[in-house]
Amino acid sequence: MKISLNWLKDYLKINAPANEIMNRVSLTGIEVADVITPSAGLKKIVVGHINDVKPHPDSDHLNVCMVNVGEDEDYQIVCGAPNVAAGQDVIVAMPNSHIAGNEKIKKGKLRGVESMGMICGLQEIGFSDNVVPLEYKDGIYVFEEPVTPGEEVYSALGMDDEILDFDITPNRADTLGMNGAAFEMGAIYEQPISIPVPEVVETDNTNNMVVNVSADTKTRQYRVRTIENVEIGHSPMWIQRRLWNAGIRPINNVVDITNYVLLEYGQPIHAFDLDKLSGNEITVRKAKDEEKIMGVDEKEYELINTDVVIADDNGPIAIAGVMGGKNTEVDANTKNIVIESAVFDETMVRKAAQHLNIHSESSSRFEKGIDNSMTAQALDRVAELISKYAAGEVTEGQTVGIETEVKDTFVEITTSRINRALGLEISTDDVIKIFDRLQFKTTVNGENITVAVPARRWDISIDSDLIEEVIRLYGYDNLQGTLPTGRQTLGARSDKENFIKKATRQMRANGFNEAITYSMVDEQDVDSFQMVDSKPTKVAWPMTEDHEYLRTNIVEGLLDTVKYNSARKQDNLAFYEAGRVFLHEDGSRPVEREYLAAVLTGDIIENDWHHEQREADFFDIKSAVENVLDCLNRDVKYEFVATDEFSFMHPGQTAKIIANNQFIGFVGKVHPVYEKIKDNQDAFVFQIDLDTLYELNSKEDIYEPIPKYPTINRDIAILVKDSISNQEIANVITANGGKYLVSIKLFDIYQGKNIEEGFKSMAYNLTFQNKKETLTDDQINQDFDKIVKNLQETIDAQIR
Amino acid sequence: MSLKENLEKLRDNGLQDIANSNEEQVLNDIRVKLLGKKGPITDALKSMKDLSAEERPKIGAIANQIKKELTEAIAKRQVELVQLVIQEKVKKETIDVTLPSRQTKKTGTQHILNQIIEDIEDLFIGLGYQVISGPEVEEDKYNFEKMNIPKDHPARDMQDTFYIDDELLMRTHTSPQQARTMEQHDFSKGPLKMISPGKVYRRDTDDATHSHQFHQIEGLVVDENITMADLKGTLEVLVRHVFGEDRKIRFRPSYFPFTEPSVEVDITCFACGGDGCRICKQTGWIEVLGAGLVHPNVLRNSGIDPEVYSGFAFGVGPDRFAMLKYGVEDIRNFYSNDVRFLEQFKGEEA
Repeated sequence: MKISLNWLKDYLKINAPANEIMNRVSLTGIEVADVITPSAGLKKIVVGHINDVKPHPDSDHLNVCMVNVGEDEDYQIVCGAPNVAAGQDVIVAMPNSHIAGNEKIKKGKLRGVESMGMICGLQEIGFSDNVVPLEYKDGIYVFEEPVTPGEEVYSALGMDDEILDFDITPNRADTLGMNGAAFEMGAIYEQPISIPVPEVVETDNTNNMVVNVSADTKTRQYRVRTIENVEIGHSPMWIQRRLWNAGIRPINNVVDITNYVLLEYGQPIHAFDLDKLSGNEITVRKAKDEEKIMGVDEKEYELINTDVVIADDNGPIAIAGVMGGKNTEVDANTKNIVIESAVFDETMVRKAAQHLNIHSESSSRFEKGIDNSMTAQALDRVAELISKYAAGEVTEGQTVGIETEVKDTFVEITTSRINRALGLEISTDDVIKIFDRLQFKTTVNGENITVAVPARRWDISIDSDLIEEVIRLYGYDNLQGTLPTGRQTLGARSDKENFIKKATRQMRANGFNEAITYSMVDEQDVDSFQMVDSKPTKVAWPMTEDHEYLRTNIVEGLLDTVKYNSARKQDNLAFYEAGRVFLHEDGSRPVEREYLAAVLTGDIIENDWHHEQREADFFDIKSAVENVLDCLNRDVKYEFVATDEFSFMHPGQTAKIIANNQFIGFVGKVHPVYEKIKDNQDAFVFQIDLDTLYELNSKEDIYEPIPKYPTINRDIAILVKDSISNQEIANVITANGGKYLVSIKLFDIYQGKNIEEGFKSMAYNLTFQNKKETLTDDQINQDFDKIVKNLQETIDAQIR
Repeated sequence: MSLKENLEKLRDNGLQDIANSNEEQVLNDIRVKLLGKKGPITDALKSMKDLSAEERPKIGAIANQIKKELTEAIAKRQVELVQLVIQEKVKKETIDVTLPSRQTKKTGTQHILNQIIEDIEDLFIGLGYQVISGPEVEEDKYNFEKMNIPKDHPARDMQDTFYIDDELLMRTHTSPQQARTMEQHDFSKGPLKMISPGKVYRRDTDDATHSHQFHQIEGLVVDENITMADLKGTLEVLVRHVFGEDRKIRFRPSYFPFTEPSVEVDITCFACGGDGCRICKQTGWIEVLGAGLVHPNVLRNSGIDPEVYSGFAFGVGPDRFAMLKYGVEDIRNFYSNDVRFLEQFKGEEA
């Protein structure tokens, strides 16, 4: 809402500079986003009177005008506007003037004819196209009231005003009218305000209108007046100035006055051409499905049965609270009019405005609520102005279709309740003073205060609302900050949060950067890299196809991240992300699981003076996931089992990760045909289900003394078939190694010269230790022999 | 030459040899030669029996003195030679320490948004708050109804919310966690103090200042005597922690359906200190978060008696905090994960 400071001064005394007002109002009630001074940046823009117009000798559209700009001699100015004519008072940008956009105007020549400046349209001095009266939209502006040549134009055009741009929160729609804004300013500046009561001069003619209001429309107030013999024309400049400064285009006196009262009272007003009505009866009713109406914007709207219309015998003549109909629009030939002032149901208006996609000054006010007590007075105000400025003759009385009694809302509060909520110690007297500033009547009984809240502040209904009024006028700046006292509490993260943090810390130690990708993905991404079968969860109205489904895996997002970086020539990448996936097994609510995933691609070692470049491979990503599993300290044994069952993973370089027979994730190379990765780029990923891991028992940390007895190492090299896995060999060694075997380390794999095709040599270093006494060679030899024997028997190993 | 002269010559030559020796082995040979059982000093001492009783103690004293001098000289030279060897070794091992180090994988960086979230979590843990996370797929009931946003309320336009079906939606704020926590809380065990960070979703078109996915941190305290002053004091602690000790804070009246009174919180501009600059649009203040006293309907909807209990709530936007604090001009940077962006944030203390 654009609030003119000049207009406000009609209501109350206010002398503070606009910037001070902006700050104070922002801190007390309504955010003032900006102060707009329409004349800012303009220079030497004056009134000119055109004495003579002659066609330009070398142009078919330019004219040469002789213009009185208040100096001894007329200025010769070349003008291309189609509507230029002798006798007009116009806007002249003098030589060396500044017009809108900080553009400088100099004297110059147009096709050989000297021009001393420029005759301007309103847009050229900064008016928005949306507010310029249509007749001046494509040409120069012509003053409609007497002005003096040579004077600056700002005051005549309302450009010397300062306009406060109120950024109104939904609860303060009471300030969407000047009256409401004046009450607010009066409360802030502790000034009395005066709102004049309109005086209507009625003729003896009767108001013949009959109005029926259907109860199912939930209309609360509906009244009309009829006005006869109006003369449609321009409205007075003071109305036009106020309209365009508020962002509304002047149309004609009748329409302008309805808009003016809308700005004044916050009450939407509609005028119908009485002679275009069929009969003298109008009905406020629900629309019928597929009922149609042509709006004043000349678009046809198809209605639904939740919309409310104003109808005559022939059908709808307006969409209630949203837009008038073309069929009864006031035009240049209108003589007799019906003026409507009403309060429609806000939800109904909002839904209609939404499905018809019409967002008007009127609908936005009904949606946010209006002062229900002002319907009659606003209607009288319109009648008063139309009789003054459109020669209208107001018939007798208002026709009331429906009237709902409007009462003050009584809210009880105590001073101690206010102080307890705010942490203040203000007296009852001071509280009363604040309510006085708001012009709320109070009844005091000891500490109890009963506040009569007038209908214009429909946002206030409970004591918390009053507490807000008290603190904002008392001033938040006067409130001293404290910290909550009371009983002690222990602050902490949940165990699961700590668990996840441990995993992510380890990922950073592993050298991976944390990424945060989108939870909503496209259709293609939702199916791959899943660890359990899950149906996709689709959002009802996605914004784009890219974010249509809830993710069921994190790897996809990380691969997108790789793609994004590769496209920017960043090639050696390691990312992890911990976050939710949304799994949907049986059609009910999706289950949220915490996953951790990582991707590794490019060089793990870059070429430098120390070492040769090496590309990342499976064993790098495997070490990352092993480190994470190790730091999570679950009381389980992990196995990596080769798998070719994931279509999106390389069938020969992927392992399922099994924890005590439970599948908790996978690690491996992304399948080479996978399209997201650029040509021939290998990407290695893992993904694990942190929720499942968290639910496994954690390993307790138990202290045992450092062993005093030395370890013994033995090496064994065996020749086995290529198809035998390291895991199988290790399993045989572990199973037969006896109680002193503490670790197995593979230190060499060899294939090639001296090794038969299809075989490989595997060399292990075994460590034995007895924590209680020194081991003897005899003891170890027995265990070692058993290992050898079993390797030979179970996997056909040849000892080398 | 007298015995005495012999001894003195022996000493002078011996000291010379010791000084000239440049290896431990040579020095050792000198020691054996001079002081060994078959050496000249031993011989001299042996030959003292031929001397007069008068001379014997004098020569004896001289011989012992010389023996001592030579022993000491050898010991000293010995130390010097060890030093020389070490010096030689150290000299040979000298390298160019300005050569690049051996690069293995560097430590990864935590995402800046998670850094901010974790930092704020730690602050509030210190103030006795529990950190509680909630579901991202939320029920209409929690996201809206219990937060005093009934059906038909303008604040819940379908336009702004990703619905999944009539009852389920992607949460549009972390506030539903207020209701979830209040329902569970046992006030006999003490006041409710919690923060709840997480992702939230709005039906926005992604651009420099809008993202359909972003983060929030909800804060909630409910007890018997929680005041607006407590809210102000708590937020002062928060903004000073995040934006610096010198920041001032101000409250402006605002509106949220779930708090009453509601406030927007501004801090003095950290770029200009409050004088007015481009970042604060010449006002000296920057809006950083929204807050208020918990609306009595919200308490009631979660089974808490607003006559007995009161509370405050606040909502922090980590994305906004990061944009303000580091001057990040495009919110999409947080979700496109350019490695050159991520690696700029190594983390700060406090």
